[in-house]
Amino acid sequence: MSREIHKRIEGRSPAFLVLIAVLGILVLLGMGSAWTMEHHGHVITGMSNRIVWGMPHVFAVFLIVAASGALNVASISSVFGRTAYKPLSRLSVVLAIALLVGGLSVLVLDLGRPDRLIVAMTTYNFRSIFAWNIYLYVGFIAIAGVYLWLMMERSLNKFSKAAGMVAFIWRLALTTGTGSIFGFLVARQAYDAAVMAPLFIAMSFAFGLAIFILVIMFTSGGTGRELGEAMVRRLKNLLGVFVGAVLYFTIVQHLTNIYAAEHHAVERFILLDGGIYTTLFWVGQIIIGGALPLVLLFTPLFADSREAIALAALSVIAGGMAQLYVIIIGGQAFPLVLFPGKIVSSSFADGSIASYSPSLPEIGLGIGGVALALVIVAMAVKILALLPRTLADTETDPT
Amino acid sequence: MSCGNSCNSNTSSRRGFLTSMAASAAGATAGLTLAPGITLFSPAQAKARGKGEAASSKVRWGMLVDANKCDDGCTACVDACADENGWQGEGNPATDAQWIRKVKVTDPGTGKSQSLPMMCQHCEEPPCVDVCPTGASMKRADGIVLVDKHSCIGCRYCMMACPYQARSFVHEPVSGQRTRAPRGKGTVESCTFCVHRVDEGQQPACVEACGGTKRGALTFGDLNDPESEISKKIATYPTQAIRSDLGLKPGVRYMGLDT
Repeated sequence: MSREIHKRIEGRSPAFLVLIAVLGILVLLGMGSAWTMEHHGHVITGMSNRIVWGMPHVFAVFLIVAASGALNVASISSVFGRTAYKPLSRLSVVLAIALLVGGLSVLVLDLGRPDRLIVAMTTYNFRSIFAWNIYLYVGFIAIAGVYLWLMMERSLNKFSKAAGMVAFIWRLALTTGTGSIFGFLVARQAYDAAVMAPLFIAMSFAFGLAIFILVIMFTSGGTGRELGEAMVRRLKNLLGVFVGAVLYFTIVQHLTNIYAAEHHAVERFILLDGGIYTTLFWVGQIIIGGALPLVLLFTPLFADSREAIALAALSVIAGGMAQLYVIIIGGQAFPLVLFPGKIVSSSFADGSIASYSPSLPEIGLGIGGVALALVIVAMAVKILALLPRTLADTETDPT
Repeated sequence: MSCGNSCNSNTSSRRGFLTSMAASAAGATAGLTLAPGITLFSPAQAKARGKGEAASSKVRWGMLVDANKCDDGCTACVDACADENGWQGEGNPATDAQWIRKVKVTDPGTGKSQSLPMMCQHCEEPPCVDVCPTGASMKRADGIVLVDKHSCIGCRYCMMACPYQARSFVHEPVSGQRTRAPRGKGTVESCTFCVHRVDEGQQPACVEACGGTKRGALTFGDLNDPESEISKKIATYPTQAIRSDLGLKPGVRYMGLDT
């Protein structure tokens, strides 16, 4: 007789209730921020007619990109047949849905007219990658939901592999769509590059897995479930590979630009003299988001220490936020080139670097989205049997 | 000169009378009152659109900016646009709308400067229309690019896509709105070529104001009509589109640029 692999958490401990309360307060904070922004208008934010997308978009894109990456653990099991990951598949799917819902909430609440969401859901311009993304995002949630159901309903388990394949292909399309939001912007010096799509896919693998590792460590520790060395080592090695992939595509992105003389100015801005953006690129994205995790994950000095792996995952998340800040806000701060080779100035700040400092409502809205994603996960593991009873090596890696 | 229905509508209405008076005072190419009851109309006015009549692709509205006639320090076009369309600033330069702005272009080698107006270029292939998820950004059959204020959700993707930084987001509650150019907090807006005036056979406010300064740096008209003043100028003088490398085929062209 087979015994259940997954079990709900009790969710009655004071620690769990405190967690839900804290996350709930942060969600309320986010909603309050959104209300303030809508009431007064975006004039109270740091955004302007030059920096039209700000901190909410950094959070939203991070969460959306991480969502598709969080699904990878399930994909590795279903699509690539690595059964050791199978016990984690349910949590992987739920985390993916939760992160996407959190990210989309931020994106929608930042709209100038969020009350017109129904217009966005019913009126489409199919030349717009944004319109495609609405389908890709909603479709992702639907497909992931069906995938989860097929995994949890024993009589339908046999279909879960096919659903996993569909979900995997869909998530690649989704991240391609998110990267292409920037890749399709022909007029902006910092964007307009096909490499944005694979770069965003690599970013999604890294960010999503980093969040997944922290969630599985936190839930295992918090509920007294065993988390075996073999499983941790697998996840750790995978994270290292993904961090390497992000670095690789980042190098390709900038080397391609540096080769073309017309992009020298924007590359100089990001890599050398862009102030906060240059600092965030080298210190945030490259050192904290790339080099530090690789050192923590692969040098014998740390010898697979759990703390080092958790710190590496946190570094990947911090570096990822820095990377998106540089891409989204740095890319807008650099002026549009109206007259190549000329010095341009105007009352609309033509030709100059745009200034931007994130406001509290923007950050509050972003944090609210993160908290919403986490509270969905916390409630889901209480309501549904998502977490494996144990991830001891004897269970996941019997060989 | 035959001018069809537009003659009647312009001469019989108070608005048309005032317009033709203003235009004649400005010495612009718009209606010119030769004598009481006798008004000379430009080709643009002859193309006034009837009520309920759809914009026609037979017309392609365009504007020609003569940089040689545009003075640094003159903001007549900007002031006229702000007044006509009610987008006077709220005192926040970073977030205030600017449907049209004066841009100073300086050659770093020679130090020579030019001043010219920059606004929505009313592209034939507008990126703002391509990226708009709801179709709120749209191009009329006659080439005028507009934002439907009822279906704009305020995502600002069009602002990211516009190569000319021609669009503004309404960052705060608006005051001093004009009924002819409704605005709304949380939506995106830009130059409309004064579509409300063009549909009545008049010139955009900026063109009229520029003519009023005697500079006459702006010419507005039908690019599809070889007999229009703008078409003749484009056929005669070298002109160029800003960022022509992008292949967007803007409806606004510039001449006299020191490039």
